[in-house]
Amino acid sequence: MAVEDLTLRVDEGEVFGFLGPNGAGKTTTVRMLACLISKTSGEARIGEYEIGNDADAQKIRKIIGLVPDNVGLYEDLSAYRNLDFYGRPYECTEAQREERIEHFLKMLGLWEVRGRAVRTFSKGMKQKLAIVRALIHDPQILFLDEPTANLDPEFQKTVRDFILELKHEKRTIFLNTHNLDEAQRICDRIGILNTKLVAEGTPEQLMESLEGRKTEVQLQQVTPAVTGAVERLGLRYVVSSGNRLVIDVSDPEKENPGIMEAIVAAGGLIQFITEKHATLEEVYLKLVRDEQ
Amino acid sequence: MKLWKSWVIARKDFATFRTKRYVIYSLVVTPLLISIGLPSLIWLGIGSAPIPPSQLPAIISGLNDVFNAFSFLFVLIAGILPISIGTYSIVGEKLEKTLEPLLATPTTDGEILLGKVIAAFLPSVIATYAGAVIFMVLMDAVTSTKLGYVYFPNWTVAVILLITVPLISILSTEFNVIISARVSDVRAAQQFGALIVLPLVAIYIATETAFVSLTPANLLIISAIIVVIDALLFSLSRATFRREEILTKWR
Repeated sequence: MAVEDLTLRVDEGEVFGFLGPNGAGKTTTVRMLACLISKTSGEARIGEYEIGNDADAQKIRKIIGLVPDNVGLYEDLSAYRNLDFYGRPYECTEAQREERIEHFLKMLGLWEVRGRAVRTFSKGMKQKLAIVRALIHDPQILFLDEPTANLDPEFQKTVRDFILELKHEKRTIFLNTHNLDEAQRICDRIGILNTKLVAEGTPEQLMESLEGRKTEVQLQQVTPAVTGAVERLGLRYVVSSGNRLVIDVSDPEKENPGIMEAIVAAGGLIQFITEKHATLEEVYLKLVRDEQ
Repeated sequence: MKLWKSWVIARKDFATFRTKRYVIYSLVVTPLLISIGLPSLIWLGIGSAPIPPSQLPAIISGLNDVFNAFSFLFVLIAGILPISIGTYSIVGEKLEKTLEPLLATPTTDGEILLGKVIAAFLPSVIATYAGAVIFMVLMDAVTSTKLGYVYFPNWTVAVILLITVPLISILSTEFNVIISARVSDVRAAQQFGALIVLPLVAIYIATETAFVSLTPANLLIISAIIVVIDALLFSLSRATFRREEILTKWR
């Protein structure tokens, strides 16, 4: 079974990140949602349309844009010709196609090379073009399958910034990615998939889910008086790197002022105070390994 | 089914094929070889030497059969030319990874398949017609003074070119598109696709052995049978087009 027990909801205007190892079923999920392959059981809807209903499949394809994991461009045709071709089945008028092609190609710095055959493009340029292709009919819902995979950091940033632009335009984006940093920066919510949905939440919720919330206090020196003061507040702590106290808190906004006050009263000299939590990478690796 | 969407796909394919040399060569070389080669053979046989008047009626009678058989070669060409384009149509899109975005557009299987059929059919028929025109002009140039009249065009070749050739081209195209949607490798597609030539060669041999006479009436009967096969093949191509299988199982 490629995917099972998957229940999730992506709201309008939301960027939902789908994380998971290779073979976790991310691409299969996107293909099912894009009506490219059928589900064997269960229910799924995009807006008012039902996935699996033949009558709705064409309507769903009209309102979504897909960037597959392979860019799949016609290498012998020019960038412009590729985009123009893909605009036609969506019944975009010639004026709409011209306007959108110019708008997006200029936005991504490809306008000057629009007449060149795609085979002469770099991997990053092709990836940008594939994203524009998915936008040619101005869809409100976008499925992006590994849009920054195998791109150099500069191209990754351009693509990421472009996705953020699309987010500001209130498009709903479903993003399959291996890039945890990217997911953390872009996504409103994240789902971790390993054939089953292992976890779901905002990046912050996921990071807190691993170890709870922690406050890290860097002092000039951690003295018994300081640790005693923290203990009297009923809080658990560990001493790290000799001069840092990592304190478990449940509501740092409320608890931190009291902690600071107690430490200062115990003669502690505070240098820095920060919130410490697990990284998304740590959460991801733990959840995926636990599942395996 | 929206025919204009099929036309959009066909136009894209025309643009793609223009950049592929092997498609251009296959469309140009075969018709040209036949259309120039056969008149050259006739010229070598009868054009260069004087024919005794006593042998002329027998030669003319023999030439009628030969010319009809030559004309039927264009039916074979119409069956051969779509092989390279037709076999590439679906498997080529899959190999170039362009099939997934194409299938993600709001086009139906029927629209995609019809587009692929048009893309292989039109260039093949145009190339066949161009070859036939060159053939007829050269044949008339070589034989008209000997025969005392212009042999081409005539009813037999008119039926062949206007009815049988397009129908055979559609048949070959559909057969090859079906093959293309069932195999995952271009070479395998071409090898299976070339099987379409076998029944055509059988008909050609039948005409050469006088088992079937190439009269306009017989050609119309053959064409009527091909129309039925064309319709069946298109239904079969839609029924056997498995987009999920193509996307998930082909590597």
